Amino acid sequence: MATTYTIISSNVLSSSAASVTFSAIPSTYTDLVLRCSVRDSGSSGSSQQQVRVRINGSSSANYSRRNLTGVGSTAASANGTSNTSIAGFYAPDAGATSNTFNSFEVYIPNYATVQQRQVSVFNAFENNSSTVNEINVTAALYTDTTAITSLYIDTVSGLVSGSSFYLYGIKNS
Amino acid sequence: MASTYEPIATTTVAIAATSITFSSIPSTYTDLRLVIVFKAVLAGSNPGYQFNSDTGSSYSYTAINGSGTAAASQSSNTNNQCYLISNSTASTAQSQIFTTDIFSYTGSNYKTLLTTFSGDLNGSGNVSGVVNLWRSTAAINSVKFLFDSGTMAIGTSATLYGIKAA
Repeated sequence: MATTYTIISSNVLSSSAASVTFSAIPSTYTDLVLRCSVRDSGSSGSSQQQVRVRINGSSSANYSRRNLTGVGSTAASANGTSNTSIAGFYAPDAGATSNTFNSFEVYIPNYATVQQRQVSVFNAFENNSSTVNEINVTAALYTDTTAITSLYIDTVSGLVSGSSFYLYGIKNS
Repeated sequence: MASTYEPIATTTVAIAATSITFSSIPSTYTDLRLVIVFKAVLAGSNPGYQFNSDTGSSYSYTAINGSGTAAASQSSNTNNQCYLISNSTASTAQSQIFTTDIFSYTGSNYKTLLTTFSGDLNGSGNVSGVVNLWRSTAAINSVKFLFDSGTMAIGTSATLYGIKAA
């Protein structure tokens, strides 16, 4: 039986960084899974900052999204079109409880084919407070049809040391 | 190290179809995972699962849905399939994704499924989390992914994975 869920590359930051990029992603898998845990280095005032994932380094307005988010006792939904990244989910920043990171997974099916792509994101972080926490499911559409060969991840102010990034390939046969 | 995440079968629709069935599922795994990328030929199709050819009123669901402007929860029981979209129908415009985990599929308890639905349509659409229950104590040996009306478009793909705990 073929090995199906294979690590392609990983990066655990030993010092702060503005962003992380996985490039030269091989086209030999069916789907990609990106699993990360990050914290933003800034102080936004809201104790959290948006995480951004870009496909093939593109910051063009090729992304749209539907978010479903629970914060404390409130559930809400938001949307965006002509966005410049997969967005709408957050990580704790310097104002949040020390040593807290988010955990998120990005699932990208059929990444090597030429078509628009539906992407699924699941994100969560808990901060032992009633407001600075989140559980989030995001549906994102990337309307460029180019095959995916790189993934870029950042936060608004930068990624702290200890942020971790793992990219897996999944084969369906 | 034993392989723990294995493809059991995959199907890509070559002509418009109303269902995809995986049968003779081996009992050698702990859990099952389905990844479905689908598009409808006609709007109005409600996707879902049936197990072991059971078409009775054995299925129920609870879902939380985000439309992009509002979040809502709903549930329904005594259904004849595991409905997967709480507040939307299958799109004809864009491919959408289900990822479904089926826990302890060979166990003798009722079966619980957890599904994430991603259906952004660039200005409309939905995102959902859905929990389903199949009220059967039988081991799952077949899974049917179906539309209750309409057909799924060419290129719709479904892959069944087996996950071993050890």
